[in-house]
Amino acid sequence: MASAISPDNPIYRRRRVVNAILLFVSGLTLLFGLFWLTWILVTLFYEGFNALAPSLFTQNTPPPGSNGGLLNAIAGSLMMAVTGTLIGTPVGILAGTYLAEYGRRGWLAPATRFINDILLSAPSIVIGLFVYSVYVSQVNHFSGWGGALALSLIVIPVVVRTTDDMLKLVPDSLREAAVALGAPSWKMVVFISYRAAKAGIITGILLAVARISGETAPLLFTALNNQFWSLNMNAPMANLPVVIFQFAMSPYEDWHRLAWGGAILITLSVLALNIIARALFRR
Amino acid sequence: MMPPMDAVMTEAGFQERSQTGNNKQPTPPARLPWMDAFFKNLTRFFAFIVFSILAAILISLIYHSQLTLSKFGFGFLFVDEWDPVKEEFGALVPIYGTLVSSAIAMIIGIPVSFGIALFLTELSPNWLKRPLGTAIEMLAAIPSIIYGMWGLFVFAPLFSQYVQPLLIKTFGPLPIFGPLFKGPAMGIGMLTAGIILAVMVIPFITAVMRDVFELVPAMFKESAYGLGATTWEVVWSVVLPYTKIGVVGGIMLGLGRALGETMAVTFVIGNSHRLSASLLAPGNSIASSLANEFTEAVGELHSSALIELGLILFLITTIVLALSKLLLLRLAMNEGKQS
Repeated sequence: MASAISPDNPIYRRRRVVNAILLFVSGLTLLFGLFWLTWILVTLFYEGFNALAPSLFTQNTPPPGSNGGLLNAIAGSLMMAVTGTLIGTPVGILAGTYLAEYGRRGWLAPATRFINDILLSAPSIVIGLFVYSVYVSQVNHFSGWGGALALSLIVIPVVVRTTDDMLKLVPDSLREAAVALGAPSWKMVVFISYRAAKAGIITGILLAVARISGETAPLLFTALNNQFWSLNMNAPMANLPVVIFQFAMSPYEDWHRLAWGGAILITLSVLALNIIARALFRR
Repeated sequence: MMPPMDAVMTEAGFQERSQTGNNKQPTPPARLPWMDAFFKNLTRFFAFIVFSILAAILISLIYHSQLTLSKFGFGFLFVDEWDPVKEEFGALVPIYGTLVSSAIAMIIGIPVSFGIALFLTELSPNWLKRPLGTAIEMLAAIPSIIYGMWGLFVFAPLFSQYVQPLLIKTFGPLPIFGPLFKGPAMGIGMLTAGIILAVMVIPFITAVMRDVFELVPAMFKESAYGLGATTWEVVWSVVLPYTKIGVVGGIMLGLGRALGETMAVTFVIGNSHRLSASLLAPGNSIASSLANEFTEAVGELHSSALIELGLILFLITTIVLALSKLLLLRLAMNEGKQS
């Protein structure tokens, strides 16, 4: 009698063939994923490096049909990203601290964790709509502050989540040791927990910055755009993503080139932030 | 709480007496008794702010869409007219576009993510796991505007030149699927948007699937292998049943992402307010209508209609994401019970 797993058993042979085919398909799906990544990055780098020029960093966005750069958009993007991070990070870290350190009992921590996870994936265009209706439409003009506010609302859930996760990794024995030495609980959190989770929390902030540097949708209704050089946070503000959107959708060849230049700048900074964050976290 | 006054006095007096002649007196660490309560309440306050953001968004969107909410009522959902000049608004076309483009994304994205997660957890040699996993995660790091721009300039032209004519020729004459693949090959349209969305959600679904596949106790898998099961049989009959709640949770997460994705879709969906059976025809999604029209909206009714669209999108994604989260929590709880 042939053994159930002998090569002569037709049923077993069929199972082996099915297995081989499906595992092969699984390998193909991986290639499918890598294929898109390579295709996107290769075209982006090709078109982007063709568009890179010193004028990108020295001139402002041009009117149609003339030469220019992206200086005002780069400056605006930087200012709003920095302000958004500065507003969002403290809120996120403190809220995350409550979740991990104080919220072990009661309803607020689990409920906030649940809502925060929804906010993490909420459509960013709705965040823009929200800031528009509570801020921009009240002051009656688009502004850099509005953009920074919208970005900070995207920073917050990312920072809350990583702070919470990283503080939960800190062993309780460290906390108990601090308390046993007579440290009040706020000192325990600030000097023990924060210090132990520092790398993780910074990783979270970097990932949040990476996330907002490419965000376009929330800026459309808040910062809008500005063709001219302006560092006034109380006025409409140029920013890379919206400039890319407008220039790419336009019919002008020069504008398309500038859009590719902006695209490569954004992608490079986002990828760099991601890599730094990963390296930091692994250490 | 303050210690009794005399205790402080004696302590201070004792210190003064014992330390006379020694002017390098170590200052005792400040206890700051109010600081504990202050710090705890400060963190609680910010946690509460995060807790109320969701409700705040919901309330503000409802408040600012009152005009259309009261004028059109539930009929808003089922009318396909969108005419800012005559001030007739209905959400059917954008809702349909959002659902169809996300459905296409799911049809492509789910099997591909499953295949990638399977490869990375069961097949890949250990030294390849990290670089391949990182590469797939990088798909999520690319900003959505890059996907959109690339889709418009690179993907759509090639798609209309090589793939769409083929689809029209092979599927067009078929009886049931035929109408889905009719019309001119324009490159942009519902199908293009769906494909690009699929690529964008793959990293999210894959990440969750990988995480939950790792939860399966090695003993279960080894038992199945010991009985002579093939790798595929182990995955299909042991891993998948064990993790199915989590897998569905991951799919929901991807769906939530796809429904709300704005910029990539805006570039390639074609931005047309006409209902069409064909997947090759241009359409519109909720997010893309908002991105295209909101800043140019004239009249309060138009803005209000757009804000109501945003409200619908927010409700749908919140429900989908909440469901995803609940499923993943349930898996984690079952996990806790068993171990």
